[in-house]
Amino acid sequence: MARTLLDPTSERTVAERARLRRPSSVDGLTVGLLDISKPRGDVFLDRLEQRLVEHGASVKRYRKPTFSKPAPADLRHEIAVECQLVIEALAD
Amino acid sequence: MTAAVSTDPPALPDGLVVVVKRDCETCQMVVSALVDLAARRSDVLVITQDDPLFPNSPTPVFDEDLALSWHHDIETVPTLIVRDEGAEVERTVGWQRAEWQRLTGVTDLGADLPVMRPGCGSKSVDPHLVDALRARFGGSVLAARRVEVADAEDEIEFMFTRGWSDGLPVVPPTEERVLAMLEGTHRAADDIVAVIPPDLGPATVEKVAIAAVMAGCRPEYLPWVLTAVEAACTDEFNMHGLLATTMPVGPVLICSGPGTRAIGMNSGGNALGQGNRANSTIGRALQLVVRNVGGGRPGEIDRATHGSPGKVGFCFAENDAESPFGRLAAEHGIDDGVDAVTLFAGEGTRCIVDQISRHPESLAKSMAASLLTMLHPKLIMAFDAVLVIGPEHARVFAEAGWDRAAIVAAISEHLTRPGSELVRGAGGIEEGLPEAFAEAPSLPKFRDGGLMLTYAGGGAGLFSEIIGGWVNDEVGSKPVTRAVTY
Repeated sequence: MARTLLDPTSERTVAERARLRRPSSVDGLTVGLLDISKPRGDVFLDRLEQRLVEHGASVKRYRKPTFSKPAPADLRHEIAVECQLVIEALAD
Repeated sequence: MTAAVSTDPPALPDGLVVVVKRDCETCQMVVSALVDLAARRSDVLVITQDDPLFPNSPTPVFDEDLALSWHHDIETVPTLIVRDEGAEVERTVGWQRAEWQRLTGVTDLGADLPVMRPGCGSKSVDPHLVDALRARFGGSVLAARRVEVADAEDEIEFMFTRGWSDGLPVVPPTEERVLAMLEGTHRAADDIVAVIPPDLGPATVEKVAIAAVMAGCRPEYLPWVLTAVEAACTDEFNMHGLLATTMPVGPVLICSGPGTRAIGMNSGGNALGQGNRANSTIGRALQLVVRNVGGGRPGEIDRATHGSPGKVGFCFAENDAESPFGRLAAEHGIDDGVDAVTLFAGEGTRCIVDQISRHPESLAKSMAASLLTMLHPKLIMAFDAVLVIGPEHARVFAEAGWDRAAIVAAISEHLTRPGSELVRGAGGIEEGLPEAFAEAPSLPKFRDGGLMLTYAGGGAGLFSEIIGGWVNDEVGSKPVTRAVTY
């Protein structure tokens, strides 16, 4: 006789979303750079900003309060409405 | 196993109902009174639990599946119930002649029987049957999806295959076991305990009970697991970050209060080691909730570079009953006598060996020297520590009359170093503090409250243990202490 177990998981189905197509150029687009507050992440992002601007992008900088917690919902929303592209940097 | 059926309680008629079983000497003794009763009243119903032919007379109704007994909460046989207008009016258990006479109105009932004879356990509360009956008749409280294991499949392997295990075998969470586990708390099965990172899955009491079964807990451990899950999933404790970090840390559960002794936790010899069921399974249950409800798994959101053995589950009891310097929970505002659990984001343990110091000043210096090296000798303030002081070390402080504050103060006195020794490059070591700290004359290893004392361990050994922490405070994790809710 088959045995029955209780599902220990949250039983949620994962929502899958198709990725947006990569733009062929960043010229004229706004790129958000999210610093997660790890040491020296700014060094990496400064260089990225320089390169992006050279390619015609405008750049907005954001910063998480701490690297150890997910970005606050307000910050995620802010990035989503202000930018077309986002780069999140992890650096040590 | 039996499928759960949601049944309404089977109705009993008005009048007198007597529940008996053959396998009970008191029930056999009262048969003569039942015969007499049936002769004098027309509204007597006898229900038998184990033998449809017992008693021969009056003819009984056979409660073969024990549904009547279960739903009418029969705990003892014989039970005499008086019913009127579809409801129970009164009942008596065992044989108490005066009570039977009063309830039946037959004033000379059982005159030849003893005045009193205790009854026997009802078959519906037989320990071998009760879990199955609870699943059969109470299963509707369980909302979790049912997963069928085919005949040919091994259920342990089945659970490994689905990724439900932490790498060790888990106990199959059957309806019987989960319902039995839920008996360990007064909370409703569908209560939401916490939202579990990283997937932010809501954990009901039922889901936590499932994890507790899988971890190997007994029902009486469940309140500790529930409290630990609540404490872990707070913004202060930051379970998400603890999971995602590359550092080798996990939740360390430090339990105290009389309840630790009631459930048989170990706070003595090998308290931080293996071999005690409660210590070994309570912390594991929390981690299984994080894994299965929260979706936090190594190699996915869990990015630990090495991890540590404690991430299977790290839980121990403080010996607060014998501690010469109180308990950690008191430091965090919990009243005496209240069961409590502290969650600390900690790595593995490291031993302080000092078998020579008999003066508290010497021992404090010894401990400080060991603590200074925690995580890195040149990194300070960013990490807390729990110092588990063993009895033979604690005695050195106790004999000098040092309390908790005095011990922390004495150790802390030797935990400071000048910034010049700690900055990057100092001592030929590139790791260290930014150059801005170079002029600071004295920098402490720990922030205020960052060195926490507990008392555990047993038998011989002039040892204590350091449990190093993770990034502390707002940036990372704060220790969270909660009173256990039953």
